Amino acid sequence: MVMMMNGQTGMLGEDGIHIDMNHLKSGEVNLGTSIMAINFKDGVILGADSRTTTGAYIANRVTDKLTQVHDTIWCCRSGSAADTQAVADIVQYHLGMYGITNDEPPTTQTAAAIFQELCYDNKDALSAGIIIAGWDKRHGGQVYSIPLGGSLHKQAYAIGGSGSTYIYGYCDANWKENMDEEEGIKFVKGALQEAIKWDGSSGGVIRMVVLTAAGAIRHLYLPDRNYTGPGTGKP
Amino acid sequence: MTSIGTGYDLSNSVFSPDGRNFQVEYAVKAVENGGTAIGIRCKDGVVLGLEKLVSSKLLKKDANKRISTVDRNMGVVYSGLQPDGKHFVSRARDEASSWRSTYKAPIPVSSLANRMGSYVQAYTLYNSVRPFGITAIIGGYDAETELSVDGAVGSGPKSGSGGKTKGAKEGGPYLYMIEPSGTYWGYYGAASGKGRQAAKSELEKLKLDPKDGECISLEEGVKEAARIIYVAHEDNKDKDFELELTWVSSVAGPTKGRHEEVPKALREEAEKLAKKSMEGDEDDEEEEKMEE
Repeated sequence: MVMMMNGQTGMLGEDGIHIDMNHLKSGEVNLGTSIMAINFKDGVILGADSRTTTGAYIANRVTDKLTQVHDTIWCCRSGSAADTQAVADIVQYHLGMYGITNDEPPTTQTAAAIFQELCYDNKDALSAGIIIAGWDKRHGGQVYSIPLGGSLHKQAYAIGGSGSTYIYGYCDANWKENMDEEEGIKFVKGALQEAIKWDGSSGGVIRMVVLTAAGAIRHLYLPDRNYTGPGTGKP
Repeated sequence: MTSIGTGYDLSNSVFSPDGRNFQVEYAVKAVENGGTAIGIRCKDGVVLGLEKLVSSKLLKKDANKRISTVDRNMGVVYSGLQPDGKHFVSRARDEASSWRSTYKAPIPVSSLANRMGSYVQAYTLYNSVRPFGITAIIGGYDAETELSVDGAVGSGPKSGSGGKTKGAKEGGPYLYMIEPSGTYWGYYGAASGKGRQAAKSELEKLKLDPKDGECISLEEGVKEAARIIYVAHEDNKDKDFELELTWVSSVAGPTKGRHEEVPKALREEAEKLAKKSMEGDEDDEEEEKMEE
């Protein structure tokens, strides 16, 4: 089975990972990326670096790859910036309509199902690796991953993007179930710092979103402060 | 009806000067002649019952079922014109399956009622169509268990957050009734057709509102449904009928979350009790006569 968990441009063959450098159109904006989302005691945390590249050029060093599709349903985008933005926009529209017509906010399942349908049906045209994380009243926090082919995986935590290849070991060694918020943020930050350190296509700031019963709260961690802050405060 | 012959009753899309749509009102008349259909929302499930009037002695007994399943956990019963009912059911099945393919999960009863309400309403708007000659009762059970995305792989973490919130109460039994105008409401007990008045007054005696304490159980509901259909048939005694009963419970209940026919043994028991209670009533009447 050919399947990639990092939602990026690699292929796992018998003799290692092959990177297809020609899958993007020339000049296409790529999110050579490190993204992740985890479950913790009270909900979920999404995290991402902020680098956007067109080839070797950094098109944006403070990109926001954490995208809201409903009040407490968000996603991490990796792959083509244009493709993933378009997909997220369509899902946002569907979830908005769902919330209005059914008098009830959609669940993370609903979001995951719509994302998957779009990614699977258009697999030949898209390069999108998406992690969906959400909190809803019925199910609490949940993390789903949709890698390149459009399959759907429910996971305790998910990592994605080119940078994720460098942190499988880190995550496996440091992952604990039922962490509190502080531990969760430390885990995500630690993992993303390693990904940024080793992956040339990842870099810039670390962004996070914490989703709980209290709603969505953004965090920011800057490289010139060694990723210590400002957290939820103003930079 | 003094309004007949004034021309305002010939088309759907024309109001009468006093704001009525006569075609819809005539559709209601069609429903009022149909066999009685009822639905009871119990503590742990929903029962649907039907007084199926037998139009010919040549029809095979217990065949030609008229209560339909539209999704695994949902059923529809209706009074009125049968072909209209069949079309309604077919559309309900399409809605349920389209919801499944979009959201990879079963449609909630409330959403199906909403969509079918809109569908029926659309048939009151246009010159080229007539309203549905049925009143439909939709009963179903929205799963209380965690809903997974159809086709998804994996189960998330074993503890903490991750789709396993303890104590979060969702889902349950639901009952809706849709009229020819497209109006629909959620009910504890619903009745339509010829014997609806008798049936409604019987339904009102049951404990169905959770605010009044423990509601009746699904099995009690089955027995009450059978009895109520027999009571409702009193006004229509000259015609033969068959009792049709279906039910749906939670995944933990007797139907394992599916809408299905009430098992033969239970139905026959309920029918026996129903007949007995009717005999009891007749005895009372006779006693009263003796006293005269």
